[in-house]
Amino acid sequence: MNHPPSAAIVGVGSTEFSKASGRSELRLALEACTLALADAGLDPSDVDGLVTMTMDDNDEPAVAHYLGLDALTFFARTSGGGGGGPGTLTLASMAIATGRARTVICYRAMNERSQGRFGQPSRYAGDRAATAAAVTMSWAAPFGMVTPAAFFAPSFRRYMHEYGATSEDFGRQAVVQRAYANKNPQAFFHDRPLTLDDHQSSRMIADPLRLFDCCQESDGGVALVLTAPERAKDLRQPPVAVLGAAMGVGPRQYGVAPLYRDDLADAAETRVMGDQLWAQSGLGPGDMDVALLYDHFSPAVLMQLEALGFCGLGEAPGLVRDGGTEIDGVIPTNTNGGQLSEAYIHGFNGLAEAVRQLRGTSVNQVTGAAHAVVTGGSHAPTSGVVLGRTA
Amino acid sequence: MTKAPTAGRPRPAVNPDTRFFWDAAFERRLAVQRCSACRALRHPPGPACPRCHSLDWEVSDVSGRGTLYSYTVLHHPPAPGFDGPAVIAVVDLEEGVRMVSNVVGVDPATLTIGEPLEVCFEEHVGWTVPQFRRPAAREAVR
Repeated sequence: MNHPPSAAIVGVGSTEFSKASGRSELRLALEACTLALADAGLDPSDVDGLVTMTMDDNDEPAVAHYLGLDALTFFARTSGGGGGGPGTLTLASMAIATGRARTVICYRAMNERSQGRFGQPSRYAGDRAATAAAVTMSWAAPFGMVTPAAFFAPSFRRYMHEYGATSEDFGRQAVVQRAYANKNPQAFFHDRPLTLDDHQSSRMIADPLRLFDCCQESDGGVALVLTAPERAKDLRQPPVAVLGAAMGVGPRQYGVAPLYRDDLADAAETRVMGDQLWAQSGLGPGDMDVALLYDHFSPAVLMQLEALGFCGLGEAPGLVRDGGTEIDGVIPTNTNGGQLSEAYIHGFNGLAEAVRQLRGTSVNQVTGAAHAVVTGGSHAPTSGVVLGRTA
Repeated sequence: MTKAPTAGRPRPAVNPDTRFFWDAAFERRLAVQRCSACRALRHPPGPACPRCHSLDWEVSDVSGRGTLYSYTVLHHPPAPGFDGPAVIAVVDLEEGVRMVSNVVGVDPATLTIGEPLEVCFEEHVGWTVPQFRRPAAREAVR
């Protein structure tokens, strides 16, 4: 089942992460894309594919226009909101493996703090035409379920009920990630430590989620360049192989949340996705040296550790309590500080950190890291990749 | 006690699959879809039966009794149209379908997963929201 790598990541580019970029989203996209191409040692004219997420506001043709491209042979978007980040690599890898494109940039660039606050209800409300999306929202918004936190909180509450997990258990992962961020100059919370007491005294957002369980709202952009493995060998950076690339939806997903699923205490979509990753790569959780797990909310990290098989159901609180997600733990997790403490770039900053780990250039480097798993948001239609060092 | 929600909640968008639910609520009835072919109940309303794929369905009134499967209390940002924190409930109805709604008239700190609930209705201008409360007898002994 060990497929040869169909694509490799050869370049990564990133803007700074802030609360007010002062620049247009399209400019952030262009900055990230051109930095990623420079990192790879490629020219814009080498690019024939562009992939982003439905969340992103920058059209692929607009990015192509300002990259000065005469033609695109592949362009696409992943759905599922924040679940779709690694899925852009899934699409890009498929395009490269099937000859639809030779070199693809996956990008995501937004001002989702300064231009419109992503965690506020306005993003969801206001559509009065009976579109399918508006009708779907009509089983939530009239009841006050209008923010991402509100959509996912009942899953986390049920997880606590089923397995005895506590708010402190969620807080411990937030504290682990803040410690990583305190060593990462790119992290928004670089200079601000976090204790478990700070977490426990932070205000309630959507019970059981406290402020420091929630990801940030950030301005910023990240882009990754992918090409075929044989071409990657001749480029500037040591290539990072895409060893597995999958997507997943679980039972009774309805809109952004799986609230009608029999068991809300299991991240079933992550399980569907992760099972494919292990089958495609011929690797398992025990082979991973580092994990970048989508942390829209801290309990989602625990539930994904379980769904990916790093531990059994209900065992992640113990894994975190024992230091399992710290740098010398069984699976160092979100070593950039994650979206709680570095920035919320819809998981693209996690993809960038995975590449740094496999190049050996992370500020929180896992010694000898050879394999990484990166996920999109759980509880939403999700995606993920397994990446491997090649040099 | 949380205050009752007031006007200004986001109104539901309705289509031919879903209009019956809000029409029933306006008449203070709680109703779900029943598949005309395999008789399975389903919610939220949709065009087809996920079990047998029949497009034929009818409206079935339900008892309005259920249990609390899970919940959240939305403190920040405030839910539009709510005076205080919105108590958002995931309710398992005794007929075997699940419904997202509100629990009203309770101190959210006392909510217990698995506790019994019953439907009640809150009227807004031109529409009515089905929501849930503790059954009267249970609340009286607290």
